[in-house]
Amino acid sequence: MKALWGQFRTELALSARQGEQLLVSLGVPLLILVFFSTVDVLPTDVEDPVDYLAPAVLALAVMSTAMVSLGIGTGFERTYGVLKRLGGSPLGRGRWIAAKVLLVLVTEVIQWMVLISAALALGWSWPAAGWAAAIGAAVLGTAAFAGIGLALAGNLPGVVTLALANALYLVLLLTGGMVVPLDELPDWLATIARLGPAAPLTEIITGSLSAGDAVPAWAWPTLAVWAVLAPVVAITTFRWEE
Amino acid sequence: MRVEDLVVDRGTVRAVDGVSFTVPEGAITALLGPNGAGKTSTVEHLEGYLPRSGGTVSVLGLDPTGRRSELASRVGLMLQNGGIPTAIRPAELLSQYSSFFAHPMEPARLLDLVGLSERSRTPYRRLSGGEQQRLSLALALVGRPELLFLDEPTAGVDLEGRDLIRTLISELRSEGTTVLLTTHDLAEAEQLADRVLIMDHGRLLASGSPSELVAGFSGSDLRFRAAPGLDTAELARLASCTVSEVSPGQYVVDGSPTPEMVARVANWLAERGEQLSDLRADGGTLEDVFRTLTASARTDGRNGREDRP
Repeated sequence: MKALWGQFRTELALSARQGEQLLVSLGVPLLILVFFSTVDVLPTDVEDPVDYLAPAVLALAVMSTAMVSLGIGTGFERTYGVLKRLGGSPLGRGRWIAAKVLLVLVTEVIQWMVLISAALALGWSWPAAGWAAAIGAAVLGTAAFAGIGLALAGNLPGVVTLALANALYLVLLLTGGMVVPLDELPDWLATIARLGPAAPLTEIITGSLSAGDAVPAWAWPTLAVWAVLAPVVAITTFRWEE
Repeated sequence: MRVEDLVVDRGTVRAVDGVSFTVPEGAITALLGPNGAGKTSTVEHLEGYLPRSGGTVSVLGLDPTGRRSELASRVGLMLQNGGIPTAIRPAELLSQYSSFFAHPMEPARLLDLVGLSERSRTPYRRLSGGEQQRLSLALALVGRPELLFLDEPTAGVDLEGRDLIRTLISELRSEGTTVLLTTHDLAEAEQLADRVLIMDHGRLLASGSPSELVAGFSGSDLRFRAAPGLDTAELARLASCTVSEVSPGQYVVDGSPTPEMVARVANWLAERGEQLSDLRADGGTLEDVFRTLTASARTDGRNGREDRP
């Protein structure tokens, strides 16, 4: 327990000190929320854009932290031999993974609190129901995106992971229903997007937290498959040393 | 620690090719060799990082393959490239690692020991090369290890830092810690080690205490500089041994450099009115042993060497 806490505390301090990590995990979702809530240019079918954006950025926060921050952070740790050095200590893989999971969950909780507060300030009305489903989807989404981030980090050099994770982030941000509703995409693109991990996550969170909205039937199974598949790929292919 | 016929492959390269040695408890053993000799591969197997392709190995009575977690709490490591996050502060790093051990050393005391108390809050990337190495050594000591692996502990360290690190290593020995360090610095091995293992091309060329190794090789030749083109055949007859001009003006007399031999060479030159300079009796330092051994290993022209950056 002492070792897990020691590892987690260090991870938390280091990630808080990394400006670019903070930018991705808080800056970008917050900017999107505030900007597009104020400037009504998005082709959403709701009266007030914040009603569409608030749940969508909650999904975005999960993707940023679990895939981008975790992937890039771990990728550089591998490149710099940090994982190798830890591997020679009594910490052990189990506690290393547990510390990473904790770090991601704690970051997500902070993100959600900040984003929800901002959304409420922008006029979002607190949904009375649907939180259990939203949180459940966030957990599955975390597993899926952490799997993708670690699969990149465990196989590619740190800088390549950085580039790929950011590129993937941008593509999924645009095609995952996070700023542009899936219905607005051309049919072929929407079809592809629905097979990815981002669209089902957004659809479930948005569908659960928006009054009169429903979660499409395909969303839960697709997300569940990603939540199993991605971590399995990460675990089986991860190399601790470059 | 006991190593018998150790073979370690790195990809298609055989980095360690049948090496056997023992590391005595409570002593400092230096694994000496040029870059790519197989030192790091040997140590990384003993540390549990690399698998072996052959041989038997016992570290603190355990096989490093598969018993790594048991060994991790009893062994201290200093890796060649730190493995330390660039943004971390020394105090933070030591307190992180100290949480992994049941009876760790106090981080503040460790910082004091390696002379980094003043830099306890400076991010790792802003420490000098020497300070980074000292922090890495402190990290190796956190868990009060019985056995210490130090891979090139003084590489890239300034003179002052080097002395500090060497003094510290000697002190650890007097406290009963067993140390295995790799180095390509001969003076370091000669000064620090109780026992030296000389390695090249993945093979062990010699082992023993520095004085034993030197004794076995001392007095191999006499070297001097004089005008180029002297009649070496005549001098050879006179001194009854081989004389060669290895480069213009640089002569090597093969044979024990006794005072008589030195006198004969000097007389011969005096009779011809030749100037004599840079007269040296070679073969009295570990460096000579090392050069002789690694040079003959190289002319064997065996398998390709592994060159690590």
